[in-house]
Amino acid sequence: MQGGNGSGTLRKLATLLVVPVALIVLWEGYKWLWQTTGWGWPFVVNDTTMPHVYSILQAFSQPTTTGGPPLIQSLLHAAWFTMKEAIAGFLLGGVIGFGLAVLLAHVRLLERGLLPFVVGSQTVPILAIAPMVVIGLGSKGVQGWKSVAILAAWLTFFPVAINTLRGLKSPDRRAVELMQSYAASQWSILWRLRVPASLPYIFTALKISATASVIGAIIGETPASIQDGLGGAIVNFNQYYSLQPTFLWATNIICAAMGLVFFGLVVIAEHLVVRRAPENVV
Amino acid sequence: MSVDAGSKAVSIRGVSKTFRTGTTALVDIDLEVEPGEFVSLIGPSGCGKSTVLRIVGDLVQPSAGSVLVNGKPAHRARLDHDYGIVFQDAVLYDWRTVAKNVSLPLEMLGWSRARRKARVEEMLELVELRGFESSRPWQLSGGMQQRVSIARALSFDPSLLLMDEPFGALDEMTRERLNLELLQIWEKAGSTVIFVTHSIPEAVFLSTRVVVMSSRPGRIADVIPVDLPRPRGVATREDTRFFELVTAVREALAAGRVEAPPRSLATGEVY
Ligand SMILES: Nc1ncnc2c1ncn2[C@@H]1O[C@H](COP(=O)(O)OP(=O)(O)O)[C@@H](O)[C@H]1O
Ligand SMILES: [Mg+2]
Repeated sequence: MQGGNGSGTLRKLATLLVVPVALIVLWEGYKWLWQTTGWGWPFVVNDTTMPHVYSILQAFSQPTTTGGPPLIQSLLHAAWFTMKEAIAGFLLGGVIGFGLAVLLAHVRLLERGLLPFVVGSQTVPILAIAPMVVIGLGSKGVQGWKSVAILAAWLTFFPVAINTLRGLKSPDRRAVELMQSYAASQWSILWRLRVPASLPYIFTALKISATASVIGAIIGETPASIQDGLGGAIVNFNQYYSLQPTFLWATNIICAAMGLVFFGLVVIAEHLVVRRAPENVV
Repeated sequence: MSVDAGSKAVSIRGVSKTFRTGTTALVDIDLEVEPGEFVSLIGPSGCGKSTVLRIVGDLVQPSAGSVLVNGKPAHRARLDHDYGIVFQDAVLYDWRTVAKNVSLPLEMLGWSRARRKARVEEMLELVELRGFESSRPWQLSGGMQQRVSIARALSFDPSLLLMDEPFGALDEMTRERLNLELLQIWEKAGSTVIFVTHSIPEAVFLSTRVVVMSSRPGRIADVIPVDLPRPRGVATREDTRFFELVTAVREALAAGRVEAPPRSLATGEVY
C-alpha cells in the first residue's frame, strides 16, 4: 500500500513532466527542421524569432540593465504586482458574479431582462475599455493597480455568474419540496440547498476565472501604461525584442507559471470544499 | 356531513386539481383519515397519487376543495411542521453525512447541537443504521438510503407521515423487510401514515385502509378496509384473508379501469 502510493506519486510527477518535455522537444525540433531546410513559411526561423530553450532559461539569470538585478528577480517582482491585481479582480469578480447569480435565480423577470446585458458585457473588448477605466478612475484618484483589478473582475464575474446560476437551479423538484415541507424560507433554501448544490459549478467557473483574471490583469496593464507588472514587462521587452528576444520569452514563461499557480490554488480549494457524490462532480 | 373535521388527522373535501398545462390530475376527491391510521393510495401510474400527497403537504395548491391537517388548513400545518415526507428516491443531500441529513429538519427547527446529536443517534438506532453516522449517502445501498430518509422524516416527531412510493425502487426482499420495519416504527410512534404504492400486496400488508384510485381523471374508485389482525408479520402474508383482500383490491383496480375508460373511448373522439 505504502509502496503503491509512493510509485503513484512518482507516476503523477512523471506525467506532469511529459507536457513540458514534449513542448521543449517540439520547439527545438521545429526550430531545427525549419532552420536546416531554410523554410520561410509561416515565418523565418532563427535565434531571434525562436531562441533556444536553454538561452531562454539562461536569460533568467542575466541582468536587464548593466549592474542591475538578474531578470528573474525583476520578473518575480512584476509577477507579484500582477498577481495582486489578479487576486483582487478574482475576488471582486467572484463576489459580483455570485451575487448576480443569486439575484437572477430569484427574480425571474431580471433573468430575462438582465442576462443579455451580462452576456453583452463580455463581447466588449477589454483592450477598448482598459484605457477608459484606468484613466477615468485615475482622475478620481484611484490607484492604477486597483483599476486593473476592476478590469480583471470584468473578465472574472461572467463565468462565475453563469455557472452559479446553473448550479443554483440544479436541485430537482423533490429536493426543493423537502425544504418546503420543513417550512424553510427562501433564505434557508438558498444556503442549505442551492448554494451547496452549486459548489461544483462555482468551482468550475473559478478555475476559468483564475486564468481569466491573470489575463485580465496583464492585458489591463498594457494600454494603461502601468510599468510595475508583467504587462509592463511585456510591453518593455517587446520594444527590445530584436536585441534581447529571450527576455520576452522568459516573461511569457512566468505569465504561464502564474496562471498555473493560481489555477492550482483553486483546485486545492475545490478538493477541500466540495464533498459530492462522484456523479455530481461537474 | 356532520363529521367533525377537527378530530381527523387529514380531511380532504371536494379536492380537484387542474395543472397550468391543462392536465386534470384529480376530480372531486373526498377522504377522511383518522389519527393513527395507515392509509395506502394505490392506482395506475399518473392517476394523481403523488398530487394528492403534495396537496396534503401544501406543496401544490388544489384548484378546488379544501384540505385540513390536524384540523388546520394544510398551509398552517406545513408551517407547524405537522408532517414528514418520504419520496421514492431518498432525496438525501450528498454534501451532508448521514447524520447531518437526519438532523436537517432539526436544524430548521432550531434545536441545539446536543439535542440534535442525541436525536440523530436515537433515529439511526431505530432504522438500524448505527455506525453509519459519518458515511456519505452515495456510499449506502438504496435500501439504506431510504431508511435514512425515513429517519429524517421521523426525527422531529411529526404526527403525520406522507410516503410517496418509498420502496418502489427497491428489490422485493428489501422491500418486504422495510415493510416490517415500517410497521414496527409506526406502531411505536403512533403517527398517521398516508402511503402511496403501486404494489397491491404491500398496500394490503401495511394498511388499515386501502384507497383505490382510477385515472383520467384521477378519482377515488373504492376504499377497502383491511381487517387483518395486528401485529402483522411474515405469517400475515400467508393468511387466506390476506389473499382475499389482495384479490379485492385487484378487482377494484380493474373495475376502476372499466368505469373510467379513456376519454377518447367515452366520447367517441378519435385522436
Ligand atoms: N407539476 C405538474 N405540472 C403538470 N402536470 C403535472 C404536474 N405534476 C403532475 N402532473 C400530471 O398530473 C397527473 C398525475 O400525476 P401524479 O400525481 O404524479 O400521478 P401518480 O403519482 O399517480 O403517478 C399526471 O398526468 C401528471 O402528468
Ligand atoms: Mg407518483
